[in-house]
Amino acid sequence: MNNSPMRPLTASAWTVTSALGHGRSAALESLRNNRGGLTRCDYPQAKLDTWIGRVTGLEDYRLPGELAEWDCRNNRLAHLALNQDGFLDECRRLRERYGAEQVGVFLGTSTSGIELTERAYRERHDTGELPEWFSYSHSQDMFTLPAFLRTALGLSGPALAVSTACSSSAKVFATAARYMQAGLCRAALVGGVDSLCLMTLYGFHSLQLVSAAPCRPADAERDGINLGEAAGFALLEWSDACGDQDSPMLLGFGESGDAHHMSAPHPEGAGAALAMQAALDRSGLKPADVDWVHLHGTGTPANDQAEDLAVRRVFGPGQISSSTKGWCGHTLGAAGIMGFGIAALAMEHGFVPASLNTHKVDPAIDADIVLENREQPVSRVMVNAFGFGGSNASLVVGRGVR
Amino acid sequence: MRLSVESIGFAAPGLVGWPMARECLAGNTAYRPEPLPKLSPEGLPANERRRLSTTMRLALAVAGEAQAGAPQSARQTATVFASGNGDGDIINAICEELARPDPAVSPTQFHNSVHNAPAGYWSIAARAMTPHTAVAAHDATFAAGLLEAATMTTDGMPVLLVAYDRPLPVPLNKTRPGHGEFACALLLNRQTEATPSGLSLRIESGDEETTVADPLLEELRRGNPAARALPLLAALAGGGVGTEINLPYVDGKRLVVSGL
Repeated sequence: MNNSPMRPLTASAWTVTSALGHGRSAALESLRNNRGGLTRCDYPQAKLDTWIGRVTGLEDYRLPGELAEWDCRNNRLAHLALNQDGFLDECRRLRERYGAEQVGVFLGTSTSGIELTERAYRERHDTGELPEWFSYSHSQDMFTLPAFLRTALGLSGPALAVSTACSSSAKVFATAARYMQAGLCRAALVGGVDSLCLMTLYGFHSLQLVSAAPCRPADAERDGINLGEAAGFALLEWSDACGDQDSPMLLGFGESGDAHHMSAPHPEGAGAALAMQAALDRSGLKPADVDWVHLHGTGTPANDQAEDLAVRRVFGPGQISSSTKGWCGHTLGAAGIMGFGIAALAMEHGFVPASLNTHKVDPAIDADIVLENREQPVSRVMVNAFGFGGSNASLVVGRGVR
Repeated sequence: MRLSVESIGFAAPGLVGWPMARECLAGNTAYRPEPLPKLSPEGLPANERRRLSTTMRLALAVAGEAQAGAPQSARQTATVFASGNGDGDIINAICEELARPDPAVSPTQFHNSVHNAPAGYWSIAARAMTPHTAVAAHDATFAAGLLEAATMTTDGMPVLLVAYDRPLPVPLNKTRPGHGEFACALLLNRQTEATPSGLSLRIESGDEETTVADPLLEELRRGNPAARALPLLAALAGGGVGTEINLPYVDGKRLVVSGL
């Protein structure tokens, strides 16, 4: 396989919205003030003893009239996120600079707008038919998110939905890099959105992977995940052509398969290690160049152990690492872009966020798990996102480098 | 970007396997649709195979056929699984369960509900730790999957593209009607620019679509996102030397395949 160094990409604009708040300043403030976003599960219809990372304001959020037919929780969350951090203006700038046809739209989601389908099934007619207001192509179709954003932003370049469970919005960075390298577009909107729904709440519960307490990644007592929802986006341009020295950069990406099990990780983290190594190779960096590993760190006993073995295999013992799932929950298909956003905040503001809720690190975990926010310069971060089916993706992001 | 097509897998009603499909698409035999038999993908442990849905069997069967004709091992091959509709039967079953007062979602059905489930099962069966992905683009799914696979070949590995779709079940099909089952797999590899043969891809404006001559196959093409591949496969079957194929791509665009 050819993992020779890639031409770096700059995220000249980016935004994230999660249980940590609307937009990146809200996320930074929550991280700085040790204010996690997890709350006891109060999601309608979900009679489950767990905690969730819920985005506020979605129930009353209204899409503008011309986009009303796209209404569903996932698209509301997407639209809410687009309206933070001046991101819409940045999309306009990119469209003017490169032309609408030269901006690709590559987005990740695992469940798209299925929350609306769940509601439609609850309101079925006696005949079994779904209610008239239900439109599959504007909600549940896997391509809904890219189609909605192309419409909302007036972009007409290549487009794709990547749906590989929890690695989805990390893998879109790889897709964008390849499309741009092939000359199919000159810039790209990447990111991902996943919103709370009964399918994932009850589904993970059925697999006995959900914790009844706030999740504690890498803790000796960890016993499962908390589900969260998030939306995040980044605009990618070639670093050597955009003249932006301050924004976070994509330096490398790596993908692999576990080839092991549909819902359990390879016990030695072999696939995860391959993904991280490929990302390092593409970045042209050595393990010691990476300041922090933003772990996938879901908080299940098996996942955290396997990922730790993989981190040790790639970086050696005692690598500075933490998971941010204790802050905003596991945002599934949005986990990759959340990791990217939090890594960007860490680099810009010079700190490593703690693994919130983790108190006593499992003695079987080798990495230096950060338990309190740690003030230190951060210029390169490995971001991990791993999903069902053994789908692994790792990104090397940097700032003020090269 | 020039691509070679090293082997092909195919399944549609009445056409099981590429040798049979090639004869029909080349115009040597008439098309007579018949219900697909239960497909049985090779290589999976019995426990895993038992859990496969009809949609997964369809995807894995054509993947297996293409890989069987490949010069390289599946363990050295990346995969792209492309489906517009995904696994509607599983989504329907889960949504029906979730509409009950105290839902009990099946754990197997839940982990099989992810769009990348066939890709995951394939990697397990093939013991392939190579990159694999699962993509969707509504009616542009085949062209989008082809582009994704083509760009991945530049990483220096062959890429197995598997496109598959089945119509959504009742009641989901009301606002997204479909027609017919279809899957194909193309094992793609990169060719150097110096090589005279090989497929070239380019995105163009305009929504022209190449059709297929047989009315029943054309009905399948129009009713199934993955079956938008049929004109390309017909050309590969030998009927369309020198022609350009227009595949529907994202709105107002087409993917032009040339160099056949």
